[in-house]
Amino acid sequence: MIDAILLWVHLQFTWLTPEVKGMLLAAVVKMLLVFTVVMIGVAYSTLLERKVSAWMQFRLGPNRAGWGGLGQPIADGIKNILKEETLPGAANKVIFTLAPAIAFIPALTLSAVIPFAAPIPGFDFTLPLLGRFVHAAPVPMVVADLPIGFLFVLAISSLGVYGIALAGWSSNSKYSLLGGIRSSAQMISYEVAMGLALIPILLVSGNVSFGAIVAGQQAHHIWNILPLSLSFLVYLISGFAETNRLPFDLPEAESELVAGYHSEYSAMKFSLFFIAEYANMLTIAAMVTTLFFGGWDIPFTHWDETPGWPQMLVTGAFFVAKVFFWLYFFMWIRWTLPRFRYDQLMSLGWKFLLPVALAYVMIVAGTLYLVDGPLGLAERPAARLLALTAVSWACLLFVVFALDRGAVISGADKSLQRKRAAARGPVGAEG
Amino acid sequence: MAIGVKVMKRPVDETSYIRATLKGMSLTFKHLFRPKVTMQYPEERSAPEPERGAWTLSSRWRGTHRMLTDEQGRSKCVACGLCPQICPANCIKLVPGEDEDGNRYPLIYEIDEFRCVFCGYCQEVCPEEAIHVGVHYENAEYSRDRFVYDLERLSSQTHLVSTLWDPTDPKGE
Repeated sequence: MIDAILLWVHLQFTWLTPEVKGMLLAAVVKMLLVFTVVMIGVAYSTLLERKVSAWMQFRLGPNRAGWGGLGQPIADGIKNILKEETLPGAANKVIFTLAPAIAFIPALTLSAVIPFAAPIPGFDFTLPLLGRFVHAAPVPMVVADLPIGFLFVLAISSLGVYGIALAGWSSNSKYSLLGGIRSSAQMISYEVAMGLALIPILLVSGNVSFGAIVAGQQAHHIWNILPLSLSFLVYLISGFAETNRLPFDLPEAESELVAGYHSEYSAMKFSLFFIAEYANMLTIAAMVTTLFFGGWDIPFTHWDETPGWPQMLVTGAFFVAKVFFWLYFFMWIRWTLPRFRYDQLMSLGWKFLLPVALAYVMIVAGTLYLVDGPLGLAERPAARLLALTAVSWACLLFVVFALDRGAVISGADKSLQRKRAAARGPVGAEG
Repeated sequence: MAIGVKVMKRPVDETSYIRATLKGMSLTFKHLFRPKVTMQYPEERSAPEPERGAWTLSSRWRGTHRMLTDEQGRSKCVACGLCPQICPANCIKLVPGEDEDGNRYPLIYEIDEFRCVFCGYCQEVCPEEAIHVGVHYENAEYSRDRFVYDLERLSSQTHLVSTLWDPTDPKGE
């Protein structure tokens, strides 16, 4: 019987050449790996969020389920599956049921195009019955090494707003609807600044594939955070807005909107929104890492640039460490800053981030033109990037200075400052 | 702006975004490493004296009642009726009785702990220092009727009794 099954399996695969088998094997293993790691990462970043928030408030955080609370995500998952699924009578049932999936799928899809480690060497081995598996070229550690990786991310990440807006609308509840409307307005506003902030990266790397962007940062160990620091600032702020995290969590502002767009959801549907939020966070963290912090690059060594198993493991660990730093950064900001008022949110997006990103595209393009043309540094990439670094940090300092003066959003008034100083009396009088 | 949100004019140093954000972030980061204040209740319980890993209830805590008894094990209550009189929640049921020597004693003395608001007036008003509110908080039961404490149950409680608040010694020194 078993022999017959094995023979049947063998016969099923005779039409596959070893090359196709090798490619399929690599693809399936990478998919399973990335999916598992992302789902577990999402589950544990909810635990991390609760732990970080607890520690910042002098609490211990969840510590009952499992060793030190490590079983908490599993307990939460079981609880969410067992809870009752509620369906509001007046809700649009089809869209109400579909919305969590629409929010969740794009968030998860994005993890497919981000390279997470150094390539492994090609392989050639034979399994009994299944035959020979060959992959001649080094296998890049990314599920889908899309030549348009970057544009794919921009396109798919904008789809997430549909899930939220449809959830808000189909719930047929005023709070949900307000949450959905806020979310679409916010995400569309910040999408513009986000896209513009990424254009300088294309100008510098000259390619839209993530592999090329990482390789470009690797070549001279000048991560994009140096030559494109202002892009980083704009991208990070819009990233917060895109993921609906504090200080931009107006779509689910619990003090005003109950729970915003997911007020009417319960059980696993609610949980899917939660997972989508954390998966989005993970994606933004991975994007920040890949685009501005060298991806899986290890600084100060060129050892990691050759394909190999140890390189894959070490660079993978580096990538995870970088991503976790940015995840922690998201939580750090969340438990530090209060929520924006709606008009502040809009003016930050349209009156500050958008013009800054637009001007910065022009500045970077102009600098690159000058550097490559009149200064003739086109053949010396490191010097070219250093020149760009100098210009960028000058811009960054100027922008930070302007933002800090509050002239853009907050109605700062210098005359009030002087009046108050005058009222306080001579300098040093109060000790 | 479509809707006129009033934007207050403020001095520059009060509207600094970057400085305030960095200050807040350094504060929250420092908080990560501060000692935690969580009391892990079932493992850590209140102790009569301050000790490590435990906390102490105030001696003025007003919890569930306790009836004190004399040397013969009889309750000190003389059924004068002052406590049901003063009780604002009307939760004390007292039926007085008298023995052959003419001593009054409670035939029935019941306190409904669900109705009780734990004001401590019964203890304050008691001329015999018989009924007390106690320094005690673990009162869970499996059924509602178990919350009507009768005389026997009140007398058999062993927890500390509340010192209440003393107007002549407001800080408890």
